[in-house]
Amino acid sequence: MDATLRHDWETIRALVRRSANELIRVPGAAVPGVLAPTIFFLGLTAVFGNLTHLPGFTTDNYASFMVPVSMLQGAGFTGAAMGVNLARDIEFGLFDRFLASPAPRWVLLTGLVLSAAIRSVIPSTFVFLIALVVGAHFPGPGGLVVTYLCVMGTATIAACWSALIALRFKTQSAAPLMQTVMLAAVLCTTAYAPQALLTGWLATAAEYNPFTQVVEAARQGFVGGISWSGTWPAIVVIAALTALLGWLALRGMRRTAY
Amino acid sequence: MRTLAVVTELGRRSVRQTFRRPQLIAPLLIIPTLLLAVQSAGAGRAVDLPGFPPVESFFDFLLAGAMIQSALLAGNSGGIALAIDIEMGFTDRLLAAPIPRFAIVAGRLAGTAAMGAVTAVWFLAIGLAFGVRIEEGLLGALLMIVLVTLAALAFGTLGAALALRSGSASVVQGTFPLVFVILFLSTAFFPADLLLEPAQTIARINPLSFIAEAVRDPVISVFSGRELLEGFAGIVLVGAIGLTLCSMALRRRLRMG
Repeated sequence: MDATLRHDWETIRALVRRSANELIRVPGAAVPGVLAPTIFFLGLTAVFGNLTHLPGFTTDNYASFMVPVSMLQGAGFTGAAMGVNLARDIEFGLFDRFLASPAPRWVLLTGLVLSAAIRSVIPSTFVFLIALVVGAHFPGPGGLVVTYLCVMGTATIAACWSALIALRFKTQSAAPLMQTVMLAAVLCTTAYAPQALLTGWLATAAEYNPFTQVVEAARQGFVGGISWSGTWPAIVVIAALTALLGWLALRGMRRTAY
Repeated sequence: MRTLAVVTELGRRSVRQTFRRPQLIAPLLIIPTLLLAVQSAGAGRAVDLPGFPPVESFFDFLLAGAMIQSALLAGNSGGIALAIDIEMGFTDRLLAAPIPRFAIVAGRLAGTAAMGAVTAVWFLAIGLAFGVRIEEGLLGALLMIVLVTLAALAFGTLGAALALRSGSASVVQGTFPLVFVILFLSTAFFPADLLLEPAQTIARINPLSFIAEAVRDPVISVFSGRELLEGFAGIVLVGAIGLTLCSMALRRRLRMG
């Protein structure tokens, strides 16, 4: 491996380790991120569980239908939390020191994003295990791989978005903007019911919201079998949104530096 | 008269503070509005389920749920703001001032109640803009605003008690998910008969269900004295518990210095 690349990789690893240290030193910090999607999952399943009796509902088990949504929600919150941490680092001047270091901007962003993607496994796994306990179907190994791919992809997108907001507003007060947009992105899809059963504006919004592809791909194994045709649109969406938001976040970093 | 002036001024400060901090105002308005929009369209076909009460649309049914959610969050936000005041030392300065101690909490609660009224008007405006027809007309709308305001005040006592007890904004903030637990275990979003167990059994005894039904009543049916009384009873129960806890926490804080 080229020396520069090796050095960049070391920097990324250091940033990921720093994020992991936070979890080890303050384990309680992870609790809200785990609790919120779990409460939403259990609550929404208890409240809307009887929707499966509607003609045209694609499964008879609402827990199976809802669990991927809550896993993605957990990933979205994890990505947003990374943005809040970045805003805190900016407020305290630590990020200025990162920017003054010889590490390229893309390395700093990759470190943050990779940390979010890895950390998103914690809340999503917790929700997944709870879902199995309350009777959700096991999606099979293939289904699980696709679901976790979508989870980590969503955390990546959320981290890029939140970094963009943190760099723009430079304050932790922007946290609601980071979280709410991710929540809206995941919920304005086929989160609550299949496309055919959505009503009003949401039927149209879900049809055009790229996150619908991610939700549907993550859900495949829970409500049926997985297929390539149900998976590749999610991969395209994750790649495209990561590229776009990552580029915007890097631009924000360059502007922060001057 | 002087105490009233103190409470009014502290209440006004509390409202201004809420509007100035995005992290306080966003949960009150944006999250309940987002969930109202998404759930009403996402689960809109729920009205076709056997046993669902006769309503024009699921949006009509859900409007009260959004209002109550907002009132609950107003109580939580009020608690967070009070805890920030304690952390920053502002409450200590008020305690040293020649004003009754209860006025410090009452001022914060007045602000929380005012935010409850603001959110009630906000959701009524959204409801009317999106075609909700309030069966009981203007009187029904006013009744809804009064109920949501009082509900916010009652939930505010719980938030204030927690803030006084812990003195930590992050502890009060940490109870944010509990708001949703209480909501999901009530009839705020769905009729009790159609909830899954154990939510169904808990919702039947949850005071929040009675409050939500009372707020919903003027929208979906003709006036029912029983629903209204049960709603007020729910508010009084929550408020009484909260005030007792507030009083205990304030006494403890004064004793410990």
